[in-house]
Amino acid sequence: MISLAGRDILHSWPRFVLTGMGLGLLIGVTLSMAGIYRGMVDDARALIDNSNAALWVVQQGTQGPYAESSSLRDDAYRSIRGMPGVAAAANVTYFTMQVGRGSEDIRAMVVGIEPGGPGEPGYLVDGRHITRSHYEAVADLKTGFRLGDRIRIRRHEFVVVGLTRRMVSSGGDPMVFIPLKDAQEAQFLKDNDAIISERARTAANPAFNRPGVPGLLDAIQASQASNRSVNAVLVQLREGHAPESVAAPIRRWKHLEVFTRVQMEEILVAKLIATSARQIAMFLVILAVVSAAIVAFIIYTMTLGKIREIAVLKLIGTRNRTIAGMILQQALGLGLIGFVVGKTVATLWAPIFPKYVLLETGDALRGLVAVVLICAIASTLAIRVALKVDPAAAIGG
Amino acid sequence: MGDVGIRIENLRKRYGEGDTAVDALKDVNMTVAPGEVVGLIGPSGSGKSTLLKCLGAVIEPSAGRMTLGDELIFDDGWKIPDLRALRRDRIGFIFQAPYLIPFLDVTDNVALLPMLAGQRNGAARRRATDLLEALDVGHRSHAQPAELSGGEQQRVAIARALANQPPVILADEPTAPLDSERALAVIRTLNRMAEQYRTAIIVVTHDEKIIPTFRRIYQIRDGKTYEEAGEGRAIA
Repeated sequence: MISLAGRDILHSWPRFVLTGMGLGLLIGVTLSMAGIYRGMVDDARALIDNSNAALWVVQQGTQGPYAESSSLRDDAYRSIRGMPGVAAAANVTYFTMQVGRGSEDIRAMVVGIEPGGPGEPGYLVDGRHITRSHYEAVADLKTGFRLGDRIRIRRHEFVVVGLTRRMVSSGGDPMVFIPLKDAQEAQFLKDNDAIISERARTAANPAFNRPGVPGLLDAIQASQASNRSVNAVLVQLREGHAPESVAAPIRRWKHLEVFTRVQMEEILVAKLIATSARQIAMFLVILAVVSAAIVAFIIYTMTLGKIREIAVLKLIGTRNRTIAGMILQQALGLGLIGFVVGKTVATLWAPIFPKYVLLETGDALRGLVAVVLICAIASTLAIRVALKVDPAAAIGG
Repeated sequence: MGDVGIRIENLRKRYGEGDTAVDALKDVNMTVAPGEVVGLIGPSGSGKSTLLKCLGAVIEPSAGRMTLGDELIFDDGWKIPDLRALRRDRIGFIFQAPYLIPFLDVTDNVALLPMLAGQRNGAARRRATDLLEALDVGHRSHAQPAELSGGEQQRVAIARALANQPPVILADEPTAPLDSERALAVIRTLNRMAEQYRTAIIVVTHDEKIIPTFRRIYQIRDGKTYEEAGEGRAIA
């Protein structure tokens, strides 16, 4: 039996291919949206993996350091290091800012680390790790920095000594690692005018500037000028110790909040990017509806253009299911062309996106199934019209 | 097949009910022998299209009898359960315009009918090729309908109507869009095919050019048929 759908497609292939390409661009956007969501989840997981920690110790009552701000004294890690089951513990700070290079600046997450401790990037693609206590930096490739670049963080210049990859914040900003002390200073550093006026304000306060208590004012001003806070302590465990069994005593005795990897993943994926995920889901629904409407409209108008032929086909004895099959196959053909075009363009333009776009094979297969279903549903309107065509319409006026 | 291509007796068709009822066909009687071509003429609104639709099994007559070949197909109700198969296998249609399927080539337009009837592709295409050769359009077998002239298209439509060797062909003003020469050529072809394939052909027409060519004519007026002898003029 002749494939009526195939012949019709071949007969009017330019219109069919152009329509399929238009639909394909829409499907490409849909697949990219799914890829953006997957990229966000993957970024969050990469953030957790790359921190190389089993526990995150943060300020009590917060969900820091990524989802909420958290502030700990920088000596807290010492007592945590002494807890049973802890192999290593290190302070870490995180803050997002514009990092300058020459006349341009790049948005990045600056991470203060203790060289050699948890939080240090797990691998480098070029250069070396930070070895000096000050003014060295390791940057993610996405910053665009190169080895030897001099970058500006607040008032200090840092030399890029190493480059790493896939070290991004949950928001997709590339990371720049610098020594912890520099990060603490940068996080809270004030300009000189502000320091002078703060000192004058403190000196004018009789409570801090008591006659007969020498050294009090100097001590208070020194504490104001320095920062002893960090955002979190990253903890690595000894072998054989379950994360929760180590976390519980820290919560109990140190009055701090502790998150395991599972809990941190829950915070990052289910809470931090939840709104973005819903936003993307809304886009996916809208794009699916628009795609269905386009397929339905195209197939419907193509069918309306063949009403006389359908009447003739019915008059000469063509079964309804043959005619319905022809329309369904055309809708599916349109969808398949659209899917191939969509998958191709999504793959081609994914690397151009500023944020990581992860196109998973599973998503592509689910997309294909969705396209097939959408096209099948979209063809029902045209099929209804075709089945209502009276074969008598082919006879007479 | 016997002496009857198609026989219609006391056929009636009423649209609507009660005060609004309209009798489109009141008393239609006609017989067409195998191999015979008859004309069916009448003014607009006389019931020609309704009769053609009844004969084509696309609407159901209200009463009467219809016999196709040796088989009674209607006797105050359809005697054949599958009207789609009846139309496909036993009635050929030729329309005012050729109405070829634009996305099938000439051969497949003709072969489609035998394929729908269950014939294998090869056999159906051979049948189509034979018919196209017989109708002098074999050389255009791979052309698309849009590439054919009006006369060629109508000959392909005739081949399609003959594809399943039906006992009867209903031709609805088949010469309407053609000039005199082509119109007469189509009638000549119909006569030749009717004789060659022993098919009864009913030609509904207004066309003054071709009416003199029929040996028998049925006039339809106010839903009733009146048989007349035609001139049976030979076509040069």
